[in-house]
Amino acid sequence: MSILVITENRNGKIKKQSFEAVSYACNLAKSTSGNVTAVVFGEVTADELSQLAKYGAAKVLTVTSDTYKYLDNQLYTLAIQEIAQKESAKVILFTHSGFGKAVAPRLSVRMKAGLATGVTSLPVSISPFTVKRRAYNGSAFSNVSINTDVKILCLNPNAADLTENPAAGQVENITPSVDASVAKTQIKNVDLVTGKILLSEAGIVVSGGRGMKSGDNWKPLEELAALLGAGLACSRPVSDEGWRSHEEHVGQTGKIIAPDLYIAVGISGAIQHIGGISGSKYIVAIDKDKDAAIFSYASYGIVGDAFQVLPRLIESVKKYKAS
Amino acid sequence: MKILVCIGHVPDTTTKVKFSSNMTAFDETGVQWVINPWDELALTRAIELKEQSGGKITQVTVVNVGKAATEPTIRKALAIGADDAIRVDADPADSYVIAGQIAQAVKADHFDIIFCGIETSDYNGSAVGAMLSEFLEIPSVSAVSSFEIANDEIVLKRDIDGGKETLSVPTPVLVVVQKGICINPRIPAMRGIMMARTKPLKVVPAAPIEPLVSMGAFELPPARTACKMVDAEDTDKLIDLLRNEAKVL
Repeated sequence: MSILVITENRNGKIKKQSFEAVSYACNLAKSTSGNVTAVVFGEVTADELSQLAKYGAAKVLTVTSDTYKYLDNQLYTLAIQEIAQKESAKVILFTHSGFGKAVAPRLSVRMKAGLATGVTSLPVSISPFTVKRRAYNGSAFSNVSINTDVKILCLNPNAADLTENPAAGQVENITPSVDASVAKTQIKNVDLVTGKILLSEAGIVVSGGRGMKSGDNWKPLEELAALLGAGLACSRPVSDEGWRSHEEHVGQTGKIIAPDLYIAVGISGAIQHIGGISGSKYIVAIDKDKDAAIFSYASYGIVGDAFQVLPRLIESVKKYKAS
Repeated sequence: MKILVCIGHVPDTTTKVKFSSNMTAFDETGVQWVINPWDELALTRAIELKEQSGGKITQVTVVNVGKAATEPTIRKALAIGADDAIRVDADPADSYVIAGQIAQAVKADHFDIIFCGIETSDYNGSAVGAMLSEFLEIPSVSAVSSFEIANDEIVLKRDIDGGKETLSVPTPVLVVVQKGICINPRIPAMRGIMMARTKPLKVVPAAPIEPLVSMGAFELPPARTACKMVDAEDTDKLIDLLRNEAKVL
């Protein structure tokens, strides 16, 4: 079957999750004797495009028209529909990102193609087409069968391992015939924070909770994060108290993340917090309460006062960095 | 101007998630039902906007797709401050059905602004809002964390990777909201609870819409291996484990 991957990029770089989606597509193509086409909106370097080939895209379609500079959901939906139909795509892959969540559901209605979001692994079966997806904030998975000819998936991080699978990656620049006037939203301003590691892309995340006692005590967490090249996060009470900005709140109602390593400091591990981090590969918990719920989710734990453990941990990281 | 807020009826967020013995259904025993948290934020913002509008916004309506069991949740939305409610008497089989049923029920009402929460805390689908906008063929903006009306212009902020975009949108528009859209959800006051009893709640029959996906069994995540405890004095040991056992450093 023909598989279309709608990739995402930022600052000219294709996102890791989009490469994962190409790997996913490649795996799926193998079991269905299909082919993989990647779509790129916006300008990225030739080197980035060749990376798509490395992970298994036989064809790469680029859309560089200025019309697509900003996301208008209706415009993008129509453009992707046109590309999908031209390519006779049977499976359309997005990542479960802000972009995927904005466009994939519209496309699903427009094409009357069944949608599964938050997909966590390769299909359990091809006929019926059944995938496993995240539900109940990570407390469960649900198996969903898509009954339509065309299927749309939004993939969670780590749904497929990133594996090299060199393919032709023939690049073709295209311009969808969609009339630009369908875009009714208008961008007035873009406000970007620079120099910060994005939680959605961070391999390691250092996070503080109520146990940090005050926003003034964040220095050691910042230092640890900087040493590890990690993103900084916090639990809900911390952002509710205004100690840290809402952008850093991870948990059920905040950001949902899935880093390789999540270091929770002074976080008791309320179920709502776990909902935002349960996709992490490894969780380290540091808390002074040995009975804190966080330890039942953690791979490694230290029972101790954050203000005494953190300086020691920072020294240990420095020692390892120097070794 | 009229605002519609789509509300989901979900288990309280502290619920211990359990399933029937054959894993095909969520076990509702002892579950407290609430308004989906993001929808509650959307409703709060809608009521604030109406209060600040100087009479320009005349109505805040809530809509839910579900059987009669969802009515206490709908009444809670009325108690918080919605003016009236619609319940589409249908089984919310998948996101497509939910969005399609809402579209059928409200398309003649010409709402200017439709709010939906970014996801429900049970299915985590993140799809109904954007699907509804496509059914209604109106513009949509997702991941919205700020919504203002100034001089008759709607200005909103959408979260993007590493920042925010400010957009201007026309009406009608569907807005999918997330955290930040209001500070705290409003809690119903006694007077609101009394008034909610007599506010209109219209029940609309289901339209013939078939789901596009079918739900199979649930699974619980694999049990986590027991947490390895490291002595608080021995942070070198933790680094060693992260490097050589977990291989994440």
